[in-house]
Amino acid sequence: MLALLVAQNIAFYVIAAVMVVAAIRVVTATNLVHAALWLVMVLSGVAAQYILLAAEFVAITQVLVYVGAIVVLFLFGIMLTRAKTGRDEDLDNPLPAKIGAGAIGVLLFGVMAYSLWDAWRGDEFGDMVVQRTGQVSDAIFSTYLVPFEVISVLLLAALIGAIVLARRD
Amino acid sequence: MLVNQFLFLGAILFCIGVYGVLARRNGVLVLMSIELILNAVNINLIAFGAMWSASDAGPNLSGQVFALFVIAVAAAEVGVGLALVLLIYRNRQSIAVDDVDLLKG
Repeated sequence: MLALLVAQNIAFYVIAAVMVVAAIRVVTATNLVHAALWLVMVLSGVAAQYILLAAEFVAITQVLVYVGAIVVLFLFGIMLTRAKTGRDEDLDNPLPAKIGAGAIGVLLFGVMAYSLWDAWRGDEFGDMVVQRTGQVSDAIFSTYLVPFEVISVLLLAALIGAIVLARRD
Repeated sequence: MLVNQFLFLGAILFCIGVYGVLARRNGVLVLMSIELILNAVNINLIAFGAMWSASDAGPNLSGQVFALFVIAVAAAEVGVGLALVLLIYRNRQSIAVDDVDLLKG
């Protein structure tokens, strides 16, 4: 049990370090396509963290929906707006705005880190329970049936809206 | 594993996403930063779901179901958002978000 815990911790920290580096590269890259590819690394890392949290169905959905569909959509967006494929210095706001943004980010992290540490300190997860796909579907189709139906209508509305906005008349 | 490990990872990703939204001027990159923020929130939801399931209260799937809803809404958001970016590009030949200032007078 202890060996498993150590392995989980090592896996967490390795994946988390990769994710943080990749996320910083997403917001600092000077090449649009590179930013999209770094985003793939972050999203795959998130899926791996879901596996560590024993949420298998959400991890698979993350890979299918984010890495499979949303990143492809981003690449289409980059292609259709005829972005420069090489380095592009015009992707960021001027330096004062970037410094302000960085200050806001650090300040926000300070507040969140303080409150998180204040609330949970060293709380452990206890024995992780694997939540199987069947249980997830039971929850969706019983407790959360109405929100599920609402979200299908929302997706339909977004689909029609995107088509109406993007089509050429 | 500590609950705080995952919560801190979510907080770091969230702040990087906020920085990206504020510092980038390309519309597509702003949307990517929003995805970072949504993923940070999802990590928190799954972590709290796992914490609840491991506690004495017994299995509870609310965290995972909420994360799935967030993923679905994010997909809809990216679809409509990229359609908007495309429309702005078609009308103004640029997707710099600070160029869209027609209402500024």
